[in-house]
Amino acid sequence: MSHDHSLNPETMPHNPEKATLEGKNKFLGLWFFLGGETVLFASLFGTYLALKNSTADGPTSEELFGLELVFLMTMLLLTSSLTSVYAMYHMKNNDFKKMQLWLGITGLLGIAFLGCEIYEFYHYIHEYGFTFRSSAFGSAFYTLVGFHGGHVLFGLCWLSAIMIRNAKRGLNLYNAPKFNTFSLYWHFIDVVWVFIFTVVYLMGKVG
Amino acid sequence: MKGWMGKFKVLSLLGLVAVFLSACGKENLTALDPKGYGAEKSFDLIILPTVIMSVVLLIVMVIFTLALIKFRKKKGREDFIPKQVEGNQTLETVWTIIPILLLIVIAVPTVIYTFDLADEADASNSLNVEVTGNQYWWHFNYEGQEIQTSQDLYIPVGEKVYLNMISSDVIHSLWVPSLSGKLDVNPENENTLYIQAYEEGVYWGKCAELCGPSHSLMDFKVVVVSKEEFDQWVADMQNFDPEAEPESDLAVQGRELFEENNCIGCHAIGSSPVAIGPNLTNFGDRSKLAGTEEMSKENIVKWLLDPEKMKPGNKMTNAYPKLNEEEASLIAEYLLQLSPSEITPEAAGN
Amino acid sequence: MSTAIAQKRSFAAVLWDYLTTVDHKKIGKLYLYGGGFFFLLGGLEALFIRIQLIKPENDFISAGLYNEMITMHGTTMIFFAAMPLLLGLMNAIMPLQIGARDVAFPFVNALGFWLFLFGGIMLNVSWITGAPDAGWTAYTPLSTSSPGHGVDYYVLGLQISGAGTLMGGINFLVTIVNMRAPGMTYMRMPLFSWTTFVISVLILFAFPALTVGLFLLMFDRMFGSAFFDVALGGNSIIWQHLFWIFGHPEVYILILPAFGIFSEIFATFAKKRLFGYTAMVFATILIAFLGFMVWAHHMFTVGMGPVTNSIFAIATMAIAVPTGIKIFNWLLTLWGGNITINSAMLWSLAFIPSFTIGGMTGVMVATSVADYQYHDSYFVVAHFHYVIVGGVVFGILAALHYWWPIMFRRILNEKLGKLAFWTFFIGFHLTFFIQHFLGLMGMPRRYWVFLEHQGLDMGNFISTIGAFFMTFGVLVFLYNAIYSWLKEEPAPQDPWDGRTLEWAVAQPVPHYNFKQLPLVRGLDALWIEKMEGNGKMTPAEPVGDIHMPNGSILPFIMSLGFFIAGFGFIYQTDTDFAYILLFGGMAIALICMLIRSLKDDHGYHITKEELEKEAD
Repeated sequence: MSHDHSLNPETMPHNPEKATLEGKNKFLGLWFFLGGETVLFASLFGTYLALKNSTADGPTSEELFGLELVFLMTMLLLTSSLTSVYAMYHMKNNDFKKMQLWLGITGLLGIAFLGCEIYEFYHYIHEYGFTFRSSAFGSAFYTLVGFHGGHVLFGLCWLSAIMIRNAKRGLNLYNAPKFNTFSLYWHFIDVVWVFIFTVVYLMGKVG
Repeated sequence: MKGWMGKFKVLSLLGLVAVFLSACGKENLTALDPKGYGAEKSFDLIILPTVIMSVVLLIVMVIFTLALIKFRKKKGREDFIPKQVEGNQTLETVWTIIPILLLIVIAVPTVIYTFDLADEADASNSLNVEVTGNQYWWHFNYEGQEIQTSQDLYIPVGEKVYLNMISSDVIHSLWVPSLSGKLDVNPENENTLYIQAYEEGVYWGKCAELCGPSHSLMDFKVVVVSKEEFDQWVADMQNFDPEAEPESDLAVQGRELFEENNCIGCHAIGSSPVAIGPNLTNFGDRSKLAGTEEMSKENIVKWLLDPEKMKPGNKMTNAYPKLNEEEASLIAEYLLQLSPSEITPEAAGN
Repeated sequence: MSTAIAQKRSFAAVLWDYLTTVDHKKIGKLYLYGGGFFFLLGGLEALFIRIQLIKPENDFISAGLYNEMITMHGTTMIFFAAMPLLLGLMNAIMPLQIGARDVAFPFVNALGFWLFLFGGIMLNVSWITGAPDAGWTAYTPLSTSSPGHGVDYYVLGLQISGAGTLMGGINFLVTIVNMRAPGMTYMRMPLFSWTTFVISVLILFAFPALTVGLFLLMFDRMFGSAFFDVALGGNSIIWQHLFWIFGHPEVYILILPAFGIFSEIFATFAKKRLFGYTAMVFATILIAFLGFMVWAHHMFTVGMGPVTNSIFAIATMAIAVPTGIKIFNWLLTLWGGNITINSAMLWSLAFIPSFTIGGMTGVMVATSVADYQYHDSYFVVAHFHYVIVGGVVFGILAALHYWWPIMFRRILNEKLGKLAFWTFFIGFHLTFFIQHFLGLMGMPRRYWVFLEHQGLDMGNFISTIGAFFMTFGVLVFLYNAIYSWLKEEPAPQDPWDGRTLEWAVAQPVPHYNFKQLPLVRGLDALWIEKMEGNGKMTPAEPVGDIHMPNGSILPFIMSLGFFIAGFGFIYQTDTDFAYILLFGGMAIALICMLIRSLKDDHGYHITKEELEKEAD
């Protein structure tokens, strides 16, 4: 058993992220974790659906939501999911520089998304006086969307930490699973957003 | 073997005690001696599964005991290695199918009764009472009758009475075991429960959902009287004149104090809908003070001096000016003579 | 490392070892110590409850304190006693049973433990300023309107420990999927490992619902949101749904491992293969699956309507089928066996009648119309104590007697074991059997006092006497643990003539568990080798280097960070000073995470030479 984890094109296995037991464990562990996260968001969605009409004479979803901004946000996040796929593609080809580049783009898109979200919340609070405390609807809305935003923020911190940490030493069997789990997590956040877009914004505007 | 025999002795002793106790349950409180429609339906479905499940339990116990007696390690057989049986498809199928059949026997009446007890078709031609649960007392508003009262719920025997229940604070649960199963009293939506009593009498009602320190003191009574008596009671309540001068001087003074201290701000007398505190129209007729205490002048004085002592966490403590013993006694005098009707729990209980 | 050396080490060294350990066996012990401590606390609270109810209108404790007692008793017993004791057993035994050298995430494993411990401490710190008093179910709006900080402690304590439990669940899942020994297929896994696997799935899918519920409660209480505030359109029933979507699977999280334990013990002491192994596995899975579809049977009286009530009643009854299958399979395991009855077996045998009664009343409370009477009465109290004490606690005690030699290198004293069993067993039935009738006679649960002349005096008195018997039994068990440690000889490797892999491990268990991973050739791997005259497992690999994880103090500090932040959350409603605690604690936790993420930790290797030397 080799104790040296560094890689060069000759020793590069086909799936570096799953070449070690630790890597396999991380990969599977994250899948399970996402299973739990699914229940977490499902519970939040359930709560939101139960309370979305409980506006207590405050602003309603029809009055508040503007689809243009949310559509832009959706595009940003969907694209970032795609760029993280590119990053993983380059990881499997052991092209560390390109992987870092695409991960960097992923991060920038994530920041842009988060910026839009902050602007959106700011807008609701200052234009409509619609806050976390206004009504049960307000609490449910900010909690659901805010939890997602929190996940994005956490993902961005995670991404920058592993990108900076590994910037100089390149890819190896020890850090490949870390990049891979991040990418998986990022896809999950993206999927959750698709549901938020549909259930909260589209149904809130139309239904 | 000795150990096992001992265990069965204990179990059978427990069983005996249980039978003894069940016979002794208080007849206006126990669910085992149903006196109303809902309680009767529940009782049927208490008995049926108990019988079925007892048979199952018996079978399990017989196999269990036999296995222990027959197959316990014996002298000369210490090293015996039993046959390593993997399973037995026939047996396993049998004990999958039979329980399913037994459960169907239980499930069918369960569903039928569940729908039966939820059937509110005749609500509009029945007596409807709006019930409000409060920490820690019950308010009753007889819809369309201009009668507001608290703690004692008067209903006519044999008739379906619909209780439309809502809470003013936390979740409560209204339970009159002898008459009906319980239903939660929620703050956000009205729940409807109907009760139909078979026999006249006074039945204990309880709060069955933890609602704060005095949860266990939130008792009330259901006073079941004949149709004529009920009509009489309704008329008496409606004709009651809260302005009428009390007969005794002490009561007159008590009434003045009652007004001076603005008791009326929370406690209505008459058909006013104010219900921050219990309505006192027929206070003098009540069977109990504060749900659980004996109704006496002495206890009322005690309550007025320090309600916290009788009902921890109640909303009255410190919500009114401090009274001295004499004032409290005068107010008690006034309250005790608030007795609009001859139809009282005392009369109904006898 | 031999015990002789271990005993010579200073206290500080041992302490440091345990604070930094990532070894599943030591973490297992830590869970047992922690869970055992909270079990005693919860037991003491139960005793106070029963003393208060020994006679009508007693004033042993005040109404407010009584509500704190019942809340703390329930919360402590479920989250901080039963759960960690089971997690401890799983940690100590499951990797040995499946032939793994460690768990998949040793670091996370340690973190899970410390989060549980700090969560438990957090909850109990509340005693200083007033414990939570809204019941372990914390129904809103009683919990949102409860004055003081009691419920805040409940929320933060459960949130912190819940995160730990979730990590534990994921850890076990990955361990079982990825790290089984060669030949250990799923259908050769011992039942205890199977149930560990299944309940880890339950933890994974159930706990997040509680997490969300607790967040909503926390936001309402501490940050002014309106989820449960009716005036602002909130709805208090949402809490009940979230709580029971978690809460019902939680019941199975507790009972299924106990089922696993009994399956192991019956097979071992009847000297017979578990009857209907395949059916047992599928029954376990089925129970777990159905366990997610029945939560609303806790809410029959909420007013959900006849359709919902009927559906949940039938779904609940359905669970009786796989449970019945299990009972009969155990009986048939005993049937035809050569049964040894010792303490471990006594606890297991006592489970059968006790749990069958609990299951019987389970079908009864599933009958919705009858449940209108049972609900929130002492009948329900009796029912769930029959399943949780008669199932889970009996299971834990059976497991402790059974696996004590592996975990602590001693065989517990039989005489003391039997004394503890009989007093506890008799006390248990005295306490709870009568409560079925108390409930039907009109005594609601969570009653601080019951009134005179309501026919409830005798039953309550008997119940309290039973509680004293149970207390005595627990004390004898504790004495037994200490006594055996001091007076008994070290246990042999395989004292019960075991059937499964954990009995094939050398004693004391080396920290790498298996020098060579064993080759598993069927169910009851060790038994097969014994029957074929080998007596020990055939190795599946040559002796080679073993990769081991490094210990770390980070899990402890990280949990401490969350613990500190918890106080910040609680007291920021009173004083801005608390924000220092909040952000300070969070910073500590996040810095630990960052260190963990950035600092490479490749672990270390035990070389082949060292292994060969140790063997001598």
